[in-house]
Formats: sequence, structure tokens, C-alpha cells
Amino acid sequence: MSKQVLSLLQERFGAKILAVDSFRGDDEAHVAPEAWHEVALFLRDDPACAMDHFIDLTAVDYPEREPEQPRFDVLVFLRSLRKKHRIRLKTRVRDGQQLDSLTSVWAGANWTEREAFDLFGVRFKSHPDLRRILMYDEFVGHPLRKDYPIQKTQPLVAYREVGATKLPPFGADEGTPFARIDWLARMQGRNQQVSPAIAVQQGQQPALSIRREDTGPDAPLGQPVRPDQPGQPDQLGSKA
Amino acid sequence: MGEVTTAVLGNEHGFATTRFDALLGWARKYSLFQYPFVTACCAMEHMATAGARYDIERFGAGAPRFSPRQSDLLWVVGTIVQKQAPVLRRIYEQMTEPKYVIAFGTCASCGGFYDNYATLPGIDKVVPVDVFIPGCPPRPEAVLDGLMLLMEKVQNGNREPAVLPPPQQLPPLVQLRDKRTA
Repeated sequence: MSKQVLSLLQERFGAKILAVDSFRGDDEAHVAPEAWHEVALFLRDDPACAMDHFIDLTAVDYPEREPEQPRFDVLVFLRSLRKKHRIRLKTRVRDGQQLDSLTSVWAGANWTEREAFDLFGVRFKSHPDLRRILMYDEFVGHPLRKDYPIQKTQPLVAYREVGATKLPPFGADEGTPFARIDWLARMQGRNQQVSPAIAVQQGQQPALSIRREDTGPDAPLGQPVRPDQPGQPDQLGSKA
Repeated sequence: MGEVTTAVLGNEHGFATTRFDALLGWARKYSLFQYPFVTACCAMEHMATAGARYDIERFGAGAPRFSPRQSDLLWVVGTIVQKQAPVLRRIYEQMTEPKYVIAFGTCASCGGFYDNYATLPGIDKVVPVDVFIPGCPPRPEAVLDGLMLLMEKVQNGNREPAVLPPPQQLPPLVQLRDKRTA
């Protein structure tokens, strides 16, 4: 359906449309970042496209693509209520690279761009109010980046010492620590533990999927892993 | 409070008490004024507990006060995120003494399955907790059990954190499920 839109885009913008892709009714145009704003404006205003409904804007992080390719995909999902077709726009930006804001095209892009900035650190040029929307202002870094340490939290209130007052079924290793389970060992049947702290309670040798330097070689087992300890490569900068 | 050993001698219509603490605890446990700090899906079970079928009013804990200054029981119902933690702390500090806290559900107790950058791993990292009620969400029966556990602790003046133990007898539907899988 909206393959027509893709061909219109290719016709109009030529080499600025880097690639198009259609898969089971989902049509995608890979746009050069320089053409981001004008393609969006064209999609909104051209009567054959008439993309009057901005659905969402989000980002995906592929740090392994660097340095050959930019690490972030920025995606925009659009729909035309009049023409009854949809399209997805994609572009790639590097860390710190400015991408044109689409807020002037669709007002709904305002908060979604703030979200992409907050969680991924994608910068938007000429955005009216580019500040965090979900995380608090004191937060350092962008939590949905793949290189954000998985256990790192940044509490606003100093934690109370709870220690041994926490009773089963709640333990030192609180929550459901999916990230701390050695899944490979479990699949191979070498270890059936559910989490390091429970393993210590049961007298097992814990299989830590986290790297040893996270806790330090001398850290007693079963202690709660303090996410704020150094050890993880932290390119985000830290307040400490 | 020191012990007041004045015995009030009564007839068949009166009563006698020998310890002021016990009287005070008895009075407190039947007049808990709750402040519901409700953030997530556990709210449904909290409402069910307040509704006619389970009727939390029977325990004298039915009246919600929407100012922390008028309440002495803080129900933390649902997930608390790091951004909200200062608010929770402030609400707790505004409450009048003596104040009690119930962590309602797994998320409030330990963070639940949110093991990430945003979620507070248990509200006891920020405020002291009297009773943890596990469950995702806990059934209204469990909530009432937790409330009764708290009332017992209020009566005894016991401020050690306690976890609601699992029920001795499983509810009928769970029993049925167990039989089928056995």
C-alpha cells in the first residue's frame, strides 16, 4: 500500500533515501540524517502521502557498529488517517551528532524526542525544550544505552542500612536478578541456582554471571552487589 | 510511657487495667488512620480490601486520610521508582508519631521483577517498614493477615520488621490446581 509512498520518496529525494525496505506490509525508508526534516515535511504536506498522524519516535542503540557506522538508529512511525497507510522512517546518528527536531512538523514529536534524548542521549537540533522527561535531572548518563552498566542505580535518597533485618523470602539479593544469573551454566545443568545470594543461603558456590571485578576479588560472597562501586567501564562520567 | 499500676476496680460493667502501655496499644491498634501511597496495580487489591466483601473497616483501619499529618499508617502500594523515593521519604517524615509502614506487594517490598536503573529495590531502603506483605499482588485475605500482624505488633510495641508468612492452608482454588498437577 505505502510502497507508493516509498517510490514517491525515492523519486523526490533520490540519493538522500539510502535504502527502502518492505516486509509483510511494513514499509521503511532509510533516510540520510541531513534530509530528516525535509523528508518529514514532505510526508506531511504531500497530498499523496498525507501523513497526518505521528505515532512514535524512538531510538535503538548498536554500539558494536561503531566506528564504521553511527551507533544510533532513530525511528519515526507515521500513519495517514486519510490515506490509510503507514510508513517507518529510519536514520542513523553518531553519539553527539545533532539531528533535526521534528517538533515543528508534528507537535507530538516534542515529548518523544525528549524521551529519546533522556534514555539514549540523541541530540535534537532546534527542539524547543530538550531536557529529561522520565529520569530525574540528577541522573548521569543515558540508561538505555547498551554501555550503561546493567546494575547501576543512582539513588536520590541515601539508602538506609537494612542488612539482616530483611527476612526471607526477601534477601540481600533483592528483586528478580535475571541479569545476575549464569544462564549458560543453568542450561548446561552445572548450576541450578536462581541467584547468587540464594546460592549462598543454600551453601552453594555461586556462579556469578557478573564479572568478578564488579564485586572485587576479596568481597565476601552473598553481599549485595553495590552498583555504585567502580569496576565497570563507565564512559558516562560519574559524580563520585 | 511508664507503667501505671493503678488498678481500676470495676463491677460487672467496668474493666480493670494494670498497664498503661497495653491500654494504649489496644487503643492504637483499633484506630489506625491510613495514608494510601498507591502507585501501581496492587491498588486493585487495596480497593478490594477496602470494599464491602473484605471490609477493612472491621479492623478500624478503614478511614483513609489524604494528608500524612493526620495519619499513622502508611500503605505503600506498588512500585516505587528512584525519582519518587524522596517524595516517599518526605511523606513518611510528615506523618505523626507513632507511625507504621506496610509494604504492600512484592514491588514495594523488594522491587519485584524490576531489577533496573529506575526502581527502588524495596522501600525499606528509604523508610523503615513494619510489615511486608508478599504477593504480586497479594490477595485481600493476605492483606488482612498483614494488617492483623501489624495490629499484633502495635499491641506488643514490637517495631521489628516482619514478613507475612505464607498461609498454613492454601486457598481452595490453589488446592484444586495442586491436585491436578500432582
